[in-house]
Amino acid sequence: MSNSETHPQVSYLEYQGKYKGILGWITSTDHKRIALLYLYCIIIFFFVAAFLGLTMSIEKMRPGQDFMNAQTYNGFFTVHGIIMIFMIVIPGLAAVFGNFALPLLIGARDVAFPRLNLFSWYLYVTGAILAVLSQLLKGGAPDTGWTFYVPYSAGSSTNVIWALTAAFVLGFSSILTGLNFIVTIHRMRAPGMTWFKMPLFPWALYATAWIQVLATPIVGITLLMVIAERVLHIGFFDPALGGDPVLFQHLFWIYSHPAVYIMILPAMGVITEIFPTFSQKPVFGYGAIAISSLAIAFVGYFVWGHHMFTSGISYWSKWFFSFLTFIVAVPSAIKVFNWISTMYGGSIQMRPPLLYAISFVFLFMIGGFTGLFLGALATNVQLHDTTFVVAHFHYIIFGGMGFAFFAGLHYWYPKMFGRMYSDRWAYIAWGFTFVGFNLLYFPQFIIGIQGMPRRYFDYLPQFQWGHFLSGIGAFILVTGLILMAWNLIYHKKRGAIAPANPWKGVTLEWQIASPPPVENFDEIPVIKHNPYWFGTEEEIRREKKS
Amino acid sequence: MAEIKNIAPSEHHDYQGSKMGMWIFIFTELFLFGGLFLVYAVFRTQYSADFHKAAEETNTFIGTLNTIVLLISSMTVAMSITAIQSNNKGRAIRLLLVTIVLALIFMVNKYFEWGHKFELRLYPGSVVLTNLPKGELLFFGLYFMMTGLHALHVLVGMILLTVTIFRIKSGHVHSGNFSLIENSGLYWHLVDLIWIFLFPMMYLIT
Repeated sequence: MSNSETHPQVSYLEYQGKYKGILGWITSTDHKRIALLYLYCIIIFFFVAAFLGLTMSIEKMRPGQDFMNAQTYNGFFTVHGIIMIFMIVIPGLAAVFGNFALPLLIGARDVAFPRLNLFSWYLYVTGAILAVLSQLLKGGAPDTGWTFYVPYSAGSSTNVIWALTAAFVLGFSSILTGLNFIVTIHRMRAPGMTWFKMPLFPWALYATAWIQVLATPIVGITLLMVIAERVLHIGFFDPALGGDPVLFQHLFWIYSHPAVYIMILPAMGVITEIFPTFSQKPVFGYGAIAISSLAIAFVGYFVWGHHMFTSGISYWSKWFFSFLTFIVAVPSAIKVFNWISTMYGGSIQMRPPLLYAISFVFLFMIGGFTGLFLGALATNVQLHDTTFVVAHFHYIIFGGMGFAFFAGLHYWYPKMFGRMYSDRWAYIAWGFTFVGFNLLYFPQFIIGIQGMPRRYFDYLPQFQWGHFLSGIGAFILVTGLILMAWNLIYHKKRGAIAPANPWKGVTLEWQIASPPPVENFDEIPVIKHNPYWFGTEEEIRREKKS
Repeated sequence: MAEIKNIAPSEHHDYQGSKMGMWIFIFTELFLFGGLFLVYAVFRTQYSADFHKAAEETNTFIGTLNTIVLLISSMTVAMSITAIQSNNKGRAIRLLLVTIVLALIFMVNKYFEWGHKFELRLYPGSVVLTNLPKGELLFFGLYFMMTGLHALHVLVGMILLTVTIFRIKSGHVHSGNFSLIENSGLYWHLVDLIWIFLFPMMYLIT
């Protein structure tokens, strides 16, 4: 805290390097600036994809065609999926908060390979441009869904190749970020910070990074094989040429199921930072949370088959994948119990980050439980490819990862920009977002059970009530999102000046100025305690003297 | 290895860290090819007779020659690392040049090998290939995809080694800081290693 007063290092936002203005940002290897570059891109793409989602919901409020035709609808849900999955939720928390907070949390000046970090961002932008081009170029938006299932993706006349290449490039960017974080965590922890004195967000990032590194190449090669099928007629997945479409599904989900944990693990990590700070109490079950992150990453590798129960795989492999799917719920539940126990007996301050964190737990539990319905073999046959699945993964991805993103944004915002947002408006925006979200997705559980298929443009009249409520929910949700964005953007320049430690956090990032100086720490701290050590005043005084 | 441990990690250079990063990157490359190996295994089981027949079409002589070329190039790259550690810049550069020439020989051989296949109209999408039994069709699909992707890695390796030569010349790489040459060397060994698996799969198991 005294750092900035005694030795005024210039903050990373004001720092003037070789270049001025925007060039000073896009050539900067500072992890904090790169984090903000990712943040701005992600916010822009998020609103584009959210807009697509909103129009789909409006279209479906009444059966039949209203203002877009079926082919446009197919393009919209594909583009919505590609942008949301590959450009927002997979890089999302790791690239934004990982880049921003990881070096601060472990007491380092930057990540291990700063230039590689900037290169990852350029790859991300390249992939994003390719994805956007796939929508706009002649040939029409890809209409395969974000899963690119063969044989349709090998035959569709739309711009599938552009979307496949985009996903490949974005995957490469994700691999390099993961690699960077693994080396950073291994090599750059502050002196005295042993593995089990490391905060839990880095633990989550560590588990995530290994999945990024070990699973992404598989989808990379799979996408290349689909490209080869389209361009060179190498038919690994085409039965007419001897290939096997189910093989594609295996290869695709070997990556894309672990990718779900790439999304949710950093989200859990952010939540784990928020609970102790706002309960003013050490996190409950530190070791259990750290190990459960690794357990989720490990078991999550072996559950991909649960996407394929109806694709024709053997009885025993179904049984095996179903069993493992249930197992992977255990470490997730351990985390939930630990978060709740952290709050028990703490002095809770209900500020916006905690409010979002608690809603994360609530929505994640609904998403998690419905995941078990889908993981059970018998119910899966009924629910497969219905809007129940859509509701389930939106509860996990948006209700889980999205709300954790909002929580993290509200938590680290003062540190990022050195300003406070308005709590009042944050609560109001939360109200709209939370109500709108539930109204949008909960009815889809019910009509899904009743048999409403996913990705359908039209439907029977008995499902209209659900779609109608969803449409209203979508409007409320988008209102909430706009309010939230306004609150954060407006107060970035005009908000009250943030103190170094507005939430009385004890992890390292709160011990330096807001916004942090360019080199983060004047002197690299020496770690003596558990990261969530809330000493009494007496103890802290004694600590300072020695 | 004793002298390596004594290199203190400075603020902006971490020897152990950069080597670790390279190893992780190599894992990702292995997984990338791993996907293709998996596909190979699946189809080899499904169409073992066809694979047997198709593998007889590949040119074992050129395959063996290329294996030897790559093995020697792996040796020269390792020798150049030893040379830089004993601060013999000239020898290190010469050995790297030999490595690049060997890589070039590999590519020329590959060019003739592929050229011959194209003359026989054994390329993906050709009428001849499409009329072959399905297993042979898949074998040639795998053959072109795997050796093609490998050849791409040879090219990347050549670029990496060229960059290394320039960095040695400009004095950035020396006996006190040789991460770059060591990491390029690791990458080159990876290229070699993948070939060592491709060689029996495509040429020897007939």
